[in-house]
Amino acid sequence: MILGIPPQALFSQLLIGLINGSFYAMLSLGLSVIFGLLNIINFTHGAQYMLGAFVAYFLLQGVGLGHWWALLLAPIAVGLVGVLMERLLLQRLYGLDHLYGLLLTFGLGLIIQGLFRNSFGSSGLPYAIPSELTGGRNLGFMVLPNYRAWVIVFSLAICLATWFVIERTKLGSYLRAATENPGLVQAFGVNVPRMITLTYGFGVALAAVAGVLAAPIYQVNPLMGADLIIVVFAVVVIGGMGSIMGSIVTGFGLGLIEGLTKVFYPEASNTVIFVIMALVLLVKPAGLFGRAQ
Amino acid sequence: MAGHQAVVFALMALALVVGPFVVYPVFLMKALCFALFACAFNLLIGYGGLLSFGHAAYLGSAGYMTAHAAKVWGWPPELAILAGTAAAAGLGVVIGALAIRRQGIYFAMITLALAQMLYFFFLQAPFTGGEDGIQAVPRGMLLGLVDLRNPLAMYFTVLAIFLAGFLLIYRTIHSPFGQVLKAIRENEPRALSLGYGADQYKLIAFVLSAALSGLAGGTKAIVFQLASLTDVHWTMSGEVVLMTLLGGLGTVFGPVVGAMIVIGLESYLAQLGAWVTVVQGAIFVLCVLAFRRGVVGELAHLLRKPL
Repeated sequence: MILGIPPQALFSQLLIGLINGSFYAMLSLGLSVIFGLLNIINFTHGAQYMLGAFVAYFLLQGVGLGHWWALLLAPIAVGLVGVLMERLLLQRLYGLDHLYGLLLTFGLGLIIQGLFRNSFGSSGLPYAIPSELTGGRNLGFMVLPNYRAWVIVFSLAICLATWFVIERTKLGSYLRAATENPGLVQAFGVNVPRMITLTYGFGVALAAVAGVLAAPIYQVNPLMGADLIIVVFAVVVIGGMGSIMGSIVTGFGLGLIEGLTKVFYPEASNTVIFVIMALVLLVKPAGLFGRAQ
Repeated sequence: MAGHQAVVFALMALALVVGPFVVYPVFLMKALCFALFACAFNLLIGYGGLLSFGHAAYLGSAGYMTAHAAKVWGWPPELAILAGTAAAAGLGVVIGALAIRRQGIYFAMITLALAQMLYFFFLQAPFTGGEDGIQAVPRGMLLGLVDLRNPLAMYFTVLAIFLAGFLLIYRTIHSPFGQVLKAIRENEPRALSLGYGADQYKLIAFVLSAALSGLAGGTKAIVFQLASLTDVHWTMSGEVVLMTLLGGLGTVFGPVVGAMIVIGLESYLAQLGAWVTVVQGAIFVLCVLAFRRGVVGELAHLLRKPL
């Protein structure tokens, strides 16, 4: 017993916390990358996460391509949808108040979620765990399901790879420079509008990856991203959107805290992240890793 | 009130007095509650430039408070509605004080997140009835004199509340306070350098907007004899943004027109299920891309007069 809680229950909730945390991390990372360059808060992010899960579902039901193919194809497909959205719609808003970007992407999210709800109802569609990852291994203090371990490892790898590309490569340095001063970067001969489009596509693709990973755990549901995105907004406010590593750490950390709350005070598990947000706003309004404006 | 605005106001009031004899009163009462809600929301975004994405919190909390006071404590309707308004105002103080610590896009995310927290609170709290809500709230006797079970008596009570709220918002916008608020929206550093405490003004506007949203929510609970989770959900926060955007951000009459259109559309499309969401989304996209002034804003632009 640890603090009056059987260790089995404690560790399994911590594991669920880490899983949620990996989704928070991937989604808030995408939001931060998009916001950095486009100055738009992508309210469609939740719908795009849902699209990722649905593409995986279609691939399996329609053509029999499983989890591994979905991990490759769903981000590409949803990323392309994102590229189209940016080219056709978002691009028209860059001179305007940031709020219009929020309203437009909110509207697009409503459309996508409404259309899917019409076709698939609001109960979840099951998606089986890939056969290679069924079962689990006994760690002595708990049984670790293989698929859940895979989700954590893979999303951590994706997050770290994103961090590496943005903070440590030449491409990333262009991106960071364009975040600071797009006009100057353009004057140096970098095609900034194309970079913006691809950045949006990339951020959206991250959401789709999260959706594919979530499909076997939470089922495939048209509204799976609707409430999640609000929690991710709180995660973004807590972390501040200035730092890539900050998004990753905050995402995983808050997932863990949420898991712990489920063990010790389950009534507050839905609200604990929002409470933390309120506290952070009182103490450090710019966010834990944010820079004050 | 400027000449032409007084004329429009008189026409609106006249139409609303005749309204219940032409249109189903319950529909009009719903539209009026939402019109007041949208006007209160517009005070914040249209004149303060603050996009709150969690205004359902005030509508819904006031609904619960009013319903609880009227049903469990047996308070008369006017006191119950006032209790709801006060609850929303109190909530506005807390949430507003937190949210104005950040600006722009963060402000929207914070208000949304805090409203979602309240949603979960109401979902679990014992006095809200969870998924069922508080049902069969008695309408009661207004001031002990008027029986509100009579549909027309209820309607004219709602109309009086709406007009009072509308005029209060109009006075606020056109007062020195409203001018300072606009100055802060346009250029906060300059307003600060002129000695106006921007945060104080924003907070007062926030609390006023929350209180009036609460007035709308409390009235709605008495009219429909129901307080439910729908009114605290984020979709409701989105709806009030939609009404205001469609009618015209920062116009006096826009939110009223927007609320009428959206409520009309919803009752028209009610059988179509999730298509309502799709249509709402499409209106959002259309308004943002091609129609940012909204219905009344476009009209005012054509007539070259503020409406």
